[in-house]
Amino acid sequence: MSRDVAILGVGMHPWGKWGRNFAEYGVHAAQAALDDAGVDWRDVQFVSGGDTIRNGYPGFIAGSTFAQALGWNGAQVASSYGACASGVQALSVARAQILAGFCDVALVVGADAAPKGFFAPVGGERPDDPDWLRFRLMGATNPTYFAFWARRRMALYGSTSRDFAQVKVKNSRHGLHNPYARFRKEVTIDEVLASKVVADPLRLLEICATSDGGAAIVLTSEAYARKHATKWVSVAGVSTVTPVFPSTVIEMPNMATDSAATVPLPPVSFRDSIARGAYEQAGIGPEDVNVAEVYDLASALELDWYENIGLCEPGDAEKLLRDGVTTIGGRVPVNPSGGLSCFGEAVPAQAIAQVCELTWQIRGQAEGRQVEGAKVGVTANQGLFGHGSSVVVKG
Amino acid sequence: MSEPKTDKPRVPAVEGWFTMSEPPALLGTRCVQCSTIFFPRETVACRNPACRSTAFTDHELSRRGKLWSYTTAHYQPPPPFIADDPFVPYSIAVVELEAEKMTVLGQVPTSVPAESLVVGMEMELVIDRLYEDEQNEYVVWKWQPVASSATENGGAR
Repeated sequence: MSRDVAILGVGMHPWGKWGRNFAEYGVHAAQAALDDAGVDWRDVQFVSGGDTIRNGYPGFIAGSTFAQALGWNGAQVASSYGACASGVQALSVARAQILAGFCDVALVVGADAAPKGFFAPVGGERPDDPDWLRFRLMGATNPTYFAFWARRRMALYGSTSRDFAQVKVKNSRHGLHNPYARFRKEVTIDEVLASKVVADPLRLLEICATSDGGAAIVLTSEAYARKHATKWVSVAGVSTVTPVFPSTVIEMPNMATDSAATVPLPPVSFRDSIARGAYEQAGIGPEDVNVAEVYDLASALELDWYENIGLCEPGDAEKLLRDGVTTIGGRVPVNPSGGLSCFGEAVPAQAIAQVCELTWQIRGQAEGRQVEGAKVGVTANQGLFGHGSSVVVKG
Repeated sequence: MSEPKTDKPRVPAVEGWFTMSEPPALLGTRCVQCSTIFFPRETVACRNPACRSTAFTDHELSRRGKLWSYTTAHYQPPPPFIADDPFVPYSIAVVELEAEKMTVLGQVPTSVPAESLVVGMEMELVIDRLYEDEQNEYVVWKWQPVASSATENGGAR
């Protein structure tokens, strides 16, 4: 029996700093996805919301916020939080409901209205919260961690600032014609290298901004899809893995790693396990992938992802980039949407937006950024506190 | 940071995570059953998934390790970080402890030039000023290069 579910419709609200309520972006995206699917809202049986923690109570119960805003229809509801991976948590819940036979039509929505500048921990004095403590005891912002990983790449593989800048240059070109992207301006290596250093070696143009935005997917059973559509794109694998003890790469928001002195390291590292989980469910490998959307929170991180999702061996990512393999027109374009580099991050919407982009790519509807012959795509993303997220989408 | 800027009492910015002795040490815990070490301190349940122990002893971590990675923060972080006015950029180190097979973060004293940091270099633990208020100077553990010029007037006292 197939364990695929159908993506009948996708929709987004453009990313930006719009200054409006997050629910508005979610409703806009949801209506766009319903229109795209040709599904009436009243036929949706399950609403799965990706939560935002920066918009008060309505953000913590995002599923019902969107359900109420669209007009209560009696649908069952879930609201999920998994930091940057929230969107795929919401997708995973909806998919499981469909595969279990509890519903045929689900709506997955994530939206955020984000404050400017560094993400800060939620308010109050909370000295038992590692996310609070990392700011208080060492001023370790998110870009601090991005920089640790970037510097480590330089030390291990001889990566250069120009390599990192080249990722930004590539993505700025990819996103140039994406109507949903916030930053649509081509930049040069020199412009990237002339921008201010935020967390050495990373510069302002290499670190993703916080954004407003919304994304939604209408997910259905294959039986429902067969009745209501002739062609559709499928979700073939979803991974929401956590690390295996001991995890020895420093991750947000921790101030130390696990110790591997008594328990041996797992055979596969956490980051390597993320896409692997989705590949296994889909019955494919990285060699089958034609297009990928990965989480470039900073330029250098995109290079790590090439290796983590199996596009190349550790240390070969720079060569892949330089050879144009991951540029549109290359063998396996990465972040044809422009990535976080062109979007900025709208936390609970971002992982859903990755799936929306792959859907458009596989349908051949990614105007101005189309990856020719895209059939199988993979997303990769990671949320702090140990959230892996990856989806395999196929035509 | 070579000498206290004030005569205010030095108070740990977090209670029980490090010793103020000379030399100082990070204070973790060790599972009495499987011997796994935890820092920050784990005192509730062992996080080795194969171990069901709930008993721990105190464990001082290695005072030296190798620089795994680092960065220098050029923008002032948001609260609850308490920044000096004007803001002074600072480096943060990730240090790999050989015996514990783990890495631990820590700021680098601002007296250490960022240019002197090199991945792989030997680092040692010091106690140094984090911020101060009317009453106290609050201190925290930091990492600084061993045998650099910074060591002589370093934060270790």
